[in-house]
Amino acid sequence: MFDSLTISSLPSVDAALAVDLRALIADTVADMPTDKRARTWAGHSAEFSRKLGQAGYLGLTLPKAYGGQERGPFARFVVVEELLSAGAPVAAHWIADRQSGPLIHRFGTEEQRQFYLPKICKGEALFCIGMSEPGSGSDLASVRTRAEKDGDHWVLNGQKIWTTNAPQSHYMIALVRTSGTAADRHAGLSQLIVDLSLPGITIRPIEDLTGDSHFAEVFFDNVRLPADALVGSEGEGWKQVNAELAFERSGPERIYSSVILLDAWASHLREVGRSEASVRLLGGLTAKLAVLREMSIAVTAQLAAGESPVVEASLVKDLGTSLEQSIPSLIAEDLAAHPDEAVDPMLFKTLNYLSHIAPSFSLRGGTREILRGIIARGLGLR
Amino acid sequence: MSMSEIFEPFARLLSDIATPAAVRALEVSGDVAPIWSAVEASGYLDILVGEEFGGAGLTLSDAAPIFELLGRHALPLPIGDTMLARALLARAGVEYGADYGSAPIALVTGAQPCVGAGFASAFLTGSPTAPVLQAAEVSATGVHGDRSAVVSLSGSAELRPVAAILRALTISGAAHQLLEMTVAYANDRAQFGKPIGKFQAVQQQLAVLAEQAVAARIAAAMGARAGLDASPLQAALAKHNASVAAAQIAPIAHGVHGAIGISEEYDLQLFTRRLNEWRMADGSEAYWADVVGHARLGQPDVPTTQFIRSAI
Repeated sequence: MFDSLTISSLPSVDAALAVDLRALIADTVADMPTDKRARTWAGHSAEFSRKLGQAGYLGLTLPKAYGGQERGPFARFVVVEELLSAGAPVAAHWIADRQSGPLIHRFGTEEQRQFYLPKICKGEALFCIGMSEPGSGSDLASVRTRAEKDGDHWVLNGQKIWTTNAPQSHYMIALVRTSGTAADRHAGLSQLIVDLSLPGITIRPIEDLTGDSHFAEVFFDNVRLPADALVGSEGEGWKQVNAELAFERSGPERIYSSVILLDAWASHLREVGRSEASVRLLGGLTAKLAVLREMSIAVTAQLAAGESPVVEASLVKDLGTSLEQSIPSLIAEDLAAHPDEAVDPMLFKTLNYLSHIAPSFSLRGGTREILRGIIARGLGLR
Repeated sequence: MSMSEIFEPFARLLSDIATPAAVRALEVSGDVAPIWSAVEASGYLDILVGEEFGGAGLTLSDAAPIFELLGRHALPLPIGDTMLARALLARAGVEYGADYGSAPIALVTGAQPCVGAGFASAFLTGSPTAPVLQAAEVSATGVHGDRSAVVSLSGSAELRPVAAILRALTISGAAHQLLEMTVAYANDRAQFGKPIGKFQAVQQQLAVLAEQAVAARIAAAMGARAGLDASPLQAALAKHNASVAAAQIAPIAHGVHGAIGISEEYDLQLFTRRLNEWRMADGSEAYWADVVGHARLGQPDVPTTQFIRSAI
């Protein structure tokens, strides 16, 4: 079972991308405190994203004709791994580079590709994705936000919630109902590109338990969208969203969310001396990260071969987010197992930021239970 | 000749001679002859021996499916051990044919029971580059159905990495066999009017089993990629993860099967007992975690990702 997921290696031509990128990252993260770097793909800097775009690190899988690099999934793995392991602020371009760009390239019209893709590759068009609604979380097919045709326009009404980066984004790709009712489930859903500067749109940031406001509520009140806001085919939104989720679930961002903390704690162990239990814990976490990295590369190889590894990506994401969540919990236990040892305040702050935000790791991009359901279907149980 | 053409005859051979009934007979009688003579005659014992020494010259990575097949059949015999030993002895120029012929060889890497030692008549110590083959006394463990044994030699920590990688590969094979058996059982066994595999609680357990089986396979492949001269750190990444998987998979497989799974006549127990044995053999997950932890602390100011990239 899952025999097509096999060990692979990063092509050296792609691995070489990391060298120049490292210098660019070092400039940016040099003055960032550890707890800010620990935000990894939640850290936002439009300026850094533009720098990456100018240097050719965005749109790595897109054709040169649209401003991309035509390099493929392995190149993207190398760049993303380098960014995340340094804690670079990548949120601004993250969604556009990971999924909106590939989605528009795959399903969009030639006009849409020419309009959006070059901007995405330059880090100038920032996207968010409108999926969840107050009544639609894991049951995504129950979305009620609706777009009706009015002449050559769409009129959009409804509400999205938990939309990451909505306040800082230029566009949202929203999953909405264009025909039928919620009872029609997967039929009648479409994806629309919403220009967030249009009248009738209200965005309200939501503060999370760490004090950050990375996600938001977005309200649509008779928003008039041009006919060409539709991306892909009308009524095919469900299929398109699922193709998109294979990109969303397979990357190194599903294993590295706590790696900045792991590094900081390893430095702490070197300073204070090491108990045998601490060394064993550090070794176990590092070994598990190593095999997950190989699994993530194996999924990347499937993407590079043109496959759509939906089940395999779910499998890696579930294992990866479980490890990401265990890291702050186990480090907390280990640090406080030595009450007479002082802990650097920044390490303490970083640990607690991750302890508080870690529950989100197995929520974003599909909950643990949903992913295990997908794996069970892959096993032939459903 | 393609790789699958190399492996298929061996797969067919094991299907014929290494049936669950034959494995049970081995455990009871300790008589290696029926299976060993067939394996010896197949020529596969020299699969890793260099072509210049008359072997097939496969790398450990190429031959990984062979070792996984041994796990898929829950074989307690030291077949993989003998394949590794013959490759190491051949390239070191050690002559052993006159004394030991094609005898089963066990790898002795410590003071605890060694896999298959109860079946072996020759024992390997020394190191991968300077292997030493000799006879020894063995003490049975007395554990029901167990043919591992403590060997009267000083175990070699230098052989432990390659032995651990072999164990990771057989864990991976057994894990995938258990995954298939357990999914099939969940689809077959009905309770409350439907197959138990239709219940979400069972599905979620099987998803975890699948995740661990795939993790074990990729981990074992990492070890195999490092080859016969794998460093302790490379072996550690493989065996730590394979042992972690083994410890999770056996209880899930038993939990889904219920009481039938712990009965002697049902085959599940052959695989889960082997997983428990191989998890501990040549260092558990904790032993190899220590190896990784010390190596990690020995490289200051290197981020984790860079450490991993240079380790693999």
